[in-house]
Amino acid sequence: MAATDVDRFSSEEKRNLNLGGHVGFDSLPDQLVSKSVTQGFCFNILCVGETGIGKSTLMNTLFNTTFENEEASHYQNGVYLRPRTYDLKESNVHLKLTIVDTVGFGDQINKEESYKPIVDYIDTQFESYLQEELKIKRSLFNYHDTRIHVCLYFIAPTGHSLKSLDLVTMKKLDSKVNIIPIIAKADTISKSELHKFKIKIMSELVSNGVQIYQFPTDDEAVTEINASMNALLPFAVVGSIEEVKVGNKLVRARQYPWGVVQVENESHCDFVKLREMLIRVNMEDLREQTHARHYELYRRCKLEEMGFKDTDPDSQPFSLQETYEAKRKEFLGDLQRKEEEMRQMFVNKVKETEAELKEKERELHEKFEQLKRMHQEEKKKVDEKRHDLEEEMHAFNRRKVAAESLQAQSLQASAQLPLKKDKDKKN
Amino acid sequence: HAEPLKYKSKKKADKNDQEKQYVGFATLPNQVHRKSVKKGFDFTLMVAGESGLGKSTLVNSLFLTDLYKDRKLLNAEERINQTVEIIKHTVDIEEKGVKLKLTIVDTPGFGDAVNNAECWKPITDYIDQQFEQYFRDESGLNRKNIQDNRVHCCLYFIPPFGHGLRPVDVEFMKALHEKVNVVPLISKADCLTPSEVKKLKDRVREEIDKFGIKIYQFPDCDSDEDEEFKQQDKELKESTPFAVIGSNTVVEAKGQRVRGRLYPWGIVEVENQSHCDFVKLRNMLIRTHMHDLKDVTCDVHYENYRAQCIQQMTSKLTQDSRIESPIPILPLPTPDAETEKLIKMKDQEVGFLKD
Repeated sequence: MAATDVDRFSSEEKRNLNLGGHVGFDSLPDQLVSKSVTQGFCFNILCVGETGIGKSTLMNTLFNTTFENEEASHYQNGVYLRPRTYDLKESNVHLKLTIVDTVGFGDQINKEESYKPIVDYIDTQFESYLQEELKIKRSLFNYHDTRIHVCLYFIAPTGHSLKSLDLVTMKKLDSKVNIIPIIAKADTISKSELHKFKIKIMSELVSNGVQIYQFPTDDEAVTEINASMNALLPFAVVGSIEEVKVGNKLVRARQYPWGVVQVENESHCDFVKLREMLIRVNMEDLREQTHARHYELYRRCKLEEMGFKDTDPDSQPFSLQETYEAKRKEFLGDLQRKEEEMRQMFVNKVKETEAELKEKERELHEKFEQLKRMHQEEKKKVDEKRHDLEEEMHAFNRRKVAAESLQAQSLQASAQLPLKKDKDKKN
Repeated sequence: HAEPLKYKSKKKADKNDQEKQYVGFATLPNQVHRKSVKKGFDFTLMVAGESGLGKSTLVNSLFLTDLYKDRKLLNAEERINQTVEIIKHTVDIEEKGVKLKLTIVDTPGFGDAVNNAECWKPITDYIDQQFEQYFRDESGLNRKNIQDNRVHCCLYFIPPFGHGLRPVDVEFMKALHEKVNVVPLISKADCLTPSEVKKLKDRVREEIDKFGIKIYQFPDCDSDEDEEFKQQDKELKESTPFAVIGSNTVVEAKGQRVRGRLYPWGIVEVENQSHCDFVKLRNMLIRTHMHDLKDVTCDVHYENYRAQCIQQMTSKLTQDSRIESPIPILPLPTPDAETEKLIKMKDQEVGFLKD
């Protein structure tokens, strides 16, 4: 309901009337219940804790079944979330249960970024819901709500205090999800140590301003039990799906050489309390808190980020429609501007490239001219040389011819002489 | 007197014909024993692992004393950016005339910060520093009172909450396995049932092999030891890494007062071998292998360090290409600029003379 509706009701005068007989609207809760039973319920649990701390075993123990899961390795590069959805049925109530595991949490040497995947996952679920809610044609009643309703944070049983990673992570999560811290593998802590440990953990959470989930004490029916449980946080749990014979019964327990730790024995551990609080008493409140508090916070922050306000500068209530229009115009304007910019840039780039190409072309031309000139010069030189050579050849030939003719003459002369002599003799 | 010695001492046969053959050096072990009692022993033990795994409790249980009386633990907030410190506690303890100077080297802050990159560096630096100091002392002129601060053993605590070794465990052990005897332990073993203990031990052993981590190996026993001892030795080797539980408090179990932890479902007895391997660890560390740990530190880790050191120095020398001198026994101090100039001058003179 919007804020304005409530105001309207309280400003009117309320009169209490007495009924003359039984009308029958006291069946309203029953109608609600039967409707929700038909619809089925949905619950999403996030388990955060280091590898091997007992997350899967505890889930198996809580829901008395064996969810399929492989043992995780310690050597993941980072943290990733693994959601698994199951359909459970008890009496005639359907429960769509999603368990989200944090694989690899606490294994890396540098854990500064470990909380990020978890926060991102939670935000993504909120975002999907927000998107669905903002749709024009929406079907919220059909929507599979994947928002995390509770985060079980598994604390290692060191007996001293929280680990630095625990503090940092819970601080990042406390405004986004209902956190219930639990001490895992609690069968390694003795009673006196446990008391001190719980006090130390709670004081560290308080002094660092970490808001964990408080079981609601405003509903008369459950005030007392919830208040007493709030004082026992964090719950020290032990999980087991193996059964051991104790007395003449088979109970879920862990068998040690020195004794048997019974999971459902309240003097051994707080498992029963956790189950009671988480499932049997406050499951619906957890869902409600997730929707009314954490989701609303997310939605408000997200919308403010996008620029929506509840009131415009003149502090008149804004309608979503007007805001949408304004936003849309702004957005389109932005788009156009960006397009212009890009076009400009493109044109500029083309010009640049063109200029470059022209420059290159000119250079090439120059080079070509130069080469041509060089070539011509060379040719001229070679021609000259040839000319010279030819002249030499001519000169040589002439000399040769001259020499030959001289020789021929001399031969003739010597040939004629003996003839003359002969002639003389004859006479 | 003290515990029975393992070697067989020769019985003095009847005087008549044995007197000639019996020389008497069979009493040497006794002499060694006497002298060592007079001299006293020292042992340096390092403990490392994340906060909250029971290291202090275990050390107190091992040596039956309270070393950590006024310890202040940090909050989670203070640990976010914590750096690793090295803290030494030294105590003198005595038992049946044998004195032991025990030094426990604590490493608070290891693995506790959010970013633990290279968190083992202060630890490896510390071990190297002790080696370096011993190296200097050993090479010095007056070696009468050398103090041996070298770390003889490092107990590394593996958390029992996981499925095996984590990256930080592997990196730490690899950074240290060639500098110190690493003995990995599974801590707070009272959160594991017997089958879980076995599974975790197998897994850890497998991963130690896989990652090539060289943990401390128990020496093989001689072939002429008796069967019982051999059996014990075999059991010891097969139960590594030891799954331990420590306790500072005494509780009453089955009419006896024992060291243990009291739970609503039973009492864990620290010294009960079917509950945990504490007794095996204590026997190994204190009663049988303490000296071997020291020997391996001196003969293997320290020698490796020393050889490396000398090699670095000689490689520096050959880089300088000065004189072809034999490997120096003493670590040469790096000469200052003045001396270098002088040396160069003299070299030149010698060169001229040669010509």
